[in-house]
Amino acid sequence: MEFALSEEQEILSESVSKMIESVCDVDIIRNHSGGDKELRNILKDQFVEMGLPGLLIPEEYGGSGLGVFEASLVAEQIGKYVAPVLWVANSVMVPISLSDKGSSDLAEKWLPQIAKGEVSACIAINEVIGSREDAGLNIEKGKISGTSIFALDGEHEPRIIVTVVDNNFYLVDTKEEDVEISEIPTIDSTRPVSEVIFNSCKAEEISGGKEIIDKVIDAGRVVLAADMLGTSDSMLKKAVEYSLERKQFNRVIGSFQAVKHMCAEMAAELEPCRSLVWYSAYAQDSIPEESRLAACHAKAHLSEVAHNLARIATQVHGGMGFTDLLGLHYWFKRIGLARQILGGPERVRKEAAEIQGFGVQV
Amino acid sequence: MDLNPGPEYQGFRDQVKSFLNENSQMAGRARNPARPSKDELEWQKKLIEKGYSARTIPTEYGGYGAESDVLKSRIISEEFTEANIPLGMANQGISMLVPTLLELGTEEQKKDWILKTIKGEIIWCQGYSEPGSGSDLASLQTKAEDDGNDFVINGQKIWTSSAQFSDMMFCLVRTEPDAPKHKGISYILIDMKTPGIDVRPLMTMTGHAEFNEVFFTDVRVPKTNIVGNRGEGWYVANATLKHERGMLGDPNQAATRLKEIVDLMNVETINGEKLINNPVHLDRLMRLQGRVLSMSYNSLRSLTASHKGLDAKMGKLIVKLNGCQLNHDLAGFAIDLLGELGTIYGLSNHDHDSGKWQWRYMFDLGLIIGGGTAQIQKNIISEIGLGMPREPKPMLEEKK
Repeated sequence: MEFALSEEQEILSESVSKMIESVCDVDIIRNHSGGDKELRNILKDQFVEMGLPGLLIPEEYGGSGLGVFEASLVAEQIGKYVAPVLWVANSVMVPISLSDKGSSDLAEKWLPQIAKGEVSACIAINEVIGSREDAGLNIEKGKISGTSIFALDGEHEPRIIVTVVDNNFYLVDTKEEDVEISEIPTIDSTRPVSEVIFNSCKAEEISGGKEIIDKVIDAGRVVLAADMLGTSDSMLKKAVEYSLERKQFNRVIGSFQAVKHMCAEMAAELEPCRSLVWYSAYAQDSIPEESRLAACHAKAHLSEVAHNLARIATQVHGGMGFTDLLGLHYWFKRIGLARQILGGPERVRKEAAEIQGFGVQV
Repeated sequence: MDLNPGPEYQGFRDQVKSFLNENSQMAGRARNPARPSKDELEWQKKLIEKGYSARTIPTEYGGYGAESDVLKSRIISEEFTEANIPLGMANQGISMLVPTLLELGTEEQKKDWILKTIKGEIIWCQGYSEPGSGSDLASLQTKAEDDGNDFVINGQKIWTSSAQFSDMMFCLVRTEPDAPKHKGISYILIDMKTPGIDVRPLMTMTGHAEFNEVFFTDVRVPKTNIVGNRGEGWYVANATLKHERGMLGDPNQAATRLKEIVDLMNVETINGEKLINNPVHLDRLMRLQGRVLSMSYNSLRSLTASHKGLDAKMGKLIVKLNGCQLNHDLAGFAIDLLGELGTIYGLSNHDHDSGKWQWRYMFDLGLIIGGGTAQIQKNIISEIGLGMPREPKPMLEEKK
């Protein structure tokens, strides 16, 4: 048994970290938020150069054939730098949906292109988790119509959109079909989400059934949990650093117990989260009987811990934490969005209970 | 990352399982907080023979003499917990004094005490805290005056669990009154039958006396009973405390408690509906389960680190704080599940849990305070784990 990163996993994690750090700092994030979208393209190119979009794609389709565990390590680094880059849909959820048995034609067609970064892929499945009155999809004679909101990784004119209607995965080719994609303004400028309107679009069935849909959503949840781990870890480090620089009453504020205890509480809550994320990610690849429960717990628990940590870390920064000068709020907001998408904590805990057979079964 | 146990460890686990199957009859189920019974002593003997207790203690001191292997130790404790069979005796002598003697005792002290302690023939209590010295333990005032071959001890200890039936105490006393506070302390072994020792039970909020106060009046203890060097007791004690911190906040205990709560929710009803069907309760259960799982995985991660000879610094520093808080929250949840019935604390036809959860809710609050308060744990986490500064000097040392 080895509950630790292997040497290869350490290297992956470090090299992704270095790469993102080299192109992404808080001023650039601020410019991006203000409308300069250059950073998105730079990050996309850097990810392609490192072969990251194909991380999860089987080797036969030109990918690296790695697992959700490695995808989570990358997500943690993305979260650490609040990097606006395609990941959870393009490189995790869509490849998993296409790698399922029974979809080999589509896999053969699209996976090599995703791996090379020639096309980007978006996933529009918010309605599976919670359908709103002003959104929803239907399918008639193989054509999808309707609106899906909070679609992920839709910012690079995605060539393909994967969605779910009536418990089946479908793929829509945006080059051939009439699809309107527009960004929804949320608190978090670092993770674009989109509204996707399908105007009677021809849809190819990928595969169906609850099992594969769950598998894709679980992987997405674990990766978002890993993203929140990175974001939180970064906020805690910033809080401690700031507390050791900022002086009041002729002392660094980090020498006051009131501040030390805030930091200690954040650390005490966050430290076990890393183990939970690792375990949950590992379970997606290697412990199928626990994968669903582990994914729910990772998403729910990280959402709670990160949410609380974002608030306290901001408080440790005092007034500066509230300003745009430090830009700490980009981290705060990234957690705010990640907490809600693919199921907020209450929703995900409800699933965790159902998976174990607790409560009245619907 | 690879959570497969590997063939050697799987084989070892199978061995432990079959031992437990064959010997479940012999295991004395009652965990007697007082002196061990004859059955328990025999069970302990058998466990040492098989290497399930005193596993890494050298054979010359009566142990099994195995090489330290944290994974095997973990397998043993998991299998015993699973089978609900007690893993031999667990007391402060075995878990705290013996490791300290092995690290810092003289050959004679090791020979005198280790064998009898691990076999359960000698029961120890710990004399650290004093009424005026809790978190600031190093300010302790119980004095040991040099008198020929002996020390003469006067003073008072508090929070001494099991003192009323202990044979011996490992104790911190001030032997060098003029030295700075950390450097004037010695770690000494005291025979509890020595004249001048008065043990008084200390009633707590639970309504029971889980602890005692111990008073010393001119108690003579031979100088050879000092462990480590005279005046270096603070460092000896820290070696011991390190062993205690690992014990408090054990995630296995929280996992067991969570299972009990699920059982409770499956049995208890209100308005004819099982508690397990109440979505509000379920949400709270799931929140707690998320925390329990995180702490279990955290302990697996620390385990791998120790197995590789690395220090899982932060992973270990948080265990006492988080684990005790989690256990307390679990008890509080169970009480809320029982509602008004959860407040029954005494003989009643309406009692559903023998007051178990209330007792735990109170006693565990004691554990959040004891063994290094939550506040002190946060100081340690911020200072050692996060590298934040200690309180500035003027506030640290007040001149007497």
